[in-house]
Amino acid sequence: MNMVKGFLDRSTLLRHLVFAVLAGVVLFLLTQQLDPFRNFQLATVAAYLCATAGLTLLVGMNGQLSLGHGALMAVGAYTVALSQNALADRGITGNQVLPLSLALGVLVTMVAGAVIGLAAARLRGPYLAGVTLAVAVAVPAATVTFDEIFNSEQGLSVAVEPPPLSLGLYFPNERWQAWVALTGALLTMLLLANLVRSRVGRNLRAVRDDEVAARLSGIHVGRTQVLAFVVSAASAGLGGGLMALLAQSVSPGAFSLTLSLFLLMAVVIGGLGSLSGAVWGAVLLVALPDLTHDSAQWVSLSPAVAQRLEGNLPLAVFGLTLIVVMIAAPGGVQGLLRRIGARVRRRAPAR
Amino acid sequence: MDRFVFLTFDGLSKGAVLAAFALALVLIWRAARIVNFAQGAMAVAAAYAGYSVTTATGSYWLGFGAALVGGLLIGMVVERAVMRFVDHSSPLSEVIVALGLVLVMQAVLGMVYGNEFLPAGTPFSRTALSVGDVPLLSRYDLFVFGAVLLVLLGLALLFTRTSVGLRMRASAFAPEVSRLLGVNVGGMLTLGWALASAVGALAAMLVIPTELGLHPHAMDLVFVSAFTAAVVGGLDSPPGAVVGGLTVGLILSYVSGYLGSDVTPMAVLVLLLAVLLVRPGGLFSSTVARQA
Repeated sequence: MNMVKGFLDRSTLLRHLVFAVLAGVVLFLLTQQLDPFRNFQLATVAAYLCATAGLTLLVGMNGQLSLGHGALMAVGAYTVALSQNALADRGITGNQVLPLSLALGVLVTMVAGAVIGLAAARLRGPYLAGVTLAVAVAVPAATVTFDEIFNSEQGLSVAVEPPPLSLGLYFPNERWQAWVALTGALLTMLLLANLVRSRVGRNLRAVRDDEVAARLSGIHVGRTQVLAFVVSAASAGLGGGLMALLAQSVSPGAFSLTLSLFLLMAVVIGGLGSLSGAVWGAVLLVALPDLTHDSAQWVSLSPAVAQRLEGNLPLAVFGLTLIVVMIAAPGGVQGLLRRIGARVRRRAPAR
Repeated sequence: MDRFVFLTFDGLSKGAVLAAFALALVLIWRAARIVNFAQGAMAVAAAYAGYSVTTATGSYWLGFGAALVGGLLIGMVVERAVMRFVDHSSPLSEVIVALGLVLVMQAVLGMVYGNEFLPAGTPFSRTALSVGDVPLLSRYDLFVFGAVLLVLLGLALLFTRTSVGLRMRASAFAPEVSRLLGVNVGGMLTLGWALASAVGALAAMLVIPTELGLHPHAMDLVFVSAFTAAVVGGLDSPPGAVVGGLTVGLILSYVSGYLGSDVTPMAVLVLLLAVLLVRPGGLFSSTVARQA
């Protein structure tokens, strides 16, 4: 037993791999138990998790602020939609083309990320925030300008195959979607967790903490920043591609400036310090619309009032949470949990 | 040619408003080294206050005054109640807190006034006056130019000719020394935020009637354009903000006139990237020593 533990402590890759496999088994069993709606929600959390994990790496580990990750998700989603439809038009169907489309989505988003990242590496703090804000506004506008390809506001429907027949005739589609999305999310988390623990990850944090010191110790600051942006964009692209598969449609309205701000809000409230915070953030993003719906019912005074509160009240609450978290508990949910954990461990009798 | 002339004047009028809004951003940047991402929402909140007063009294000018006073108060409250407590060691936290403010303000406005577009009136006609056969400027455009010019002159006089302006500049550039010399640095910071917010409110009052109307998100795109204008001018320089505002206004007007209004957000992005890649500190910035 001790030998296994010692071995796991030494090999980061193996430790993460074991953890990912365990999480995979638990999630697989979970999808068997959940009803279709909950499975769909789980799949949505997984798709968001790709994006929030990438954003945590960029903002939390590298200190580059992006307000445009919703737009990067749109790039991934539109690429997957166009690729799926183009393949279906040529009669190439079946579930094996799915990984191809997703890989294409990630690739195109990486290129977009590299372009923004190259600009971002020269910019600091508020300047970078402004540029990414302009990206968040410009990308939905591009779908309207090039409407022959993107079909402006209506967007595109995505040709997606039903679950493979080998799973049985009555296999619920939502469970299949959950499997696809969870596979993507676990893979993303595994790769990012390893990256964060590697030399590259240390370089990222060194650049965040002190650029001059990082440069003096031989780290190429610009290259590190571009790399962080590309990796983060790839994750967002995968997340967007998965969203396109789940919704079976893409439209500019789904990837507005609000989504970009929500992603940032989610990772900040979840906790910027670690990738686990990204999980809380992704859960939050899915829970938000539910709260929107419920909040209108708690306080329903008259239909007119309820209609005004719906949508707005949760926004106000989350905006306020964002401000309070940033001022009072910059570690977010994950930081809070860690502090509680440390306190419990201190109180526990020494073994 | 007529079209070009018309678009030029239209662009200058848009640009004057952007210049005022960019100036508000520059004011806060100079006072606190913060780009106020909540500027747009703060200005919209002030414009809603003006709308309430106008509908209650029936007078445009009372509403106009209420919006400016509302702007001053909102700026004071935001600085005293929120921004003062933000950790200034990383520029991320300031931007994120400002975005939280945007969410809260837009949500509250939506709750109080609803998420529909409300009609916003103008004090003067917006039909263009013609010189010969060429339509040039409307009375409203002239009002916009006059209002922005008045604000520019007022701020220039405040900062260069009065003791309050001197104290504000001193506390922005050397807070510790100013405090030792008896300047109320915190008070000057609040004043800076209040002034900037009032200038932003003025810009909102001027620009909203020319767009779709009053809406919690009415200033989102204006904010992005004004940020671009401020960056083109170099964030640190008030004359730069004016030049940047007019430049961006002209470019937006030509792009939407010749290529279509859907293209303008992309044009803003391209312009922003082009300026920042050539001169990361903006066109009017002074050179900074190399760090390593």
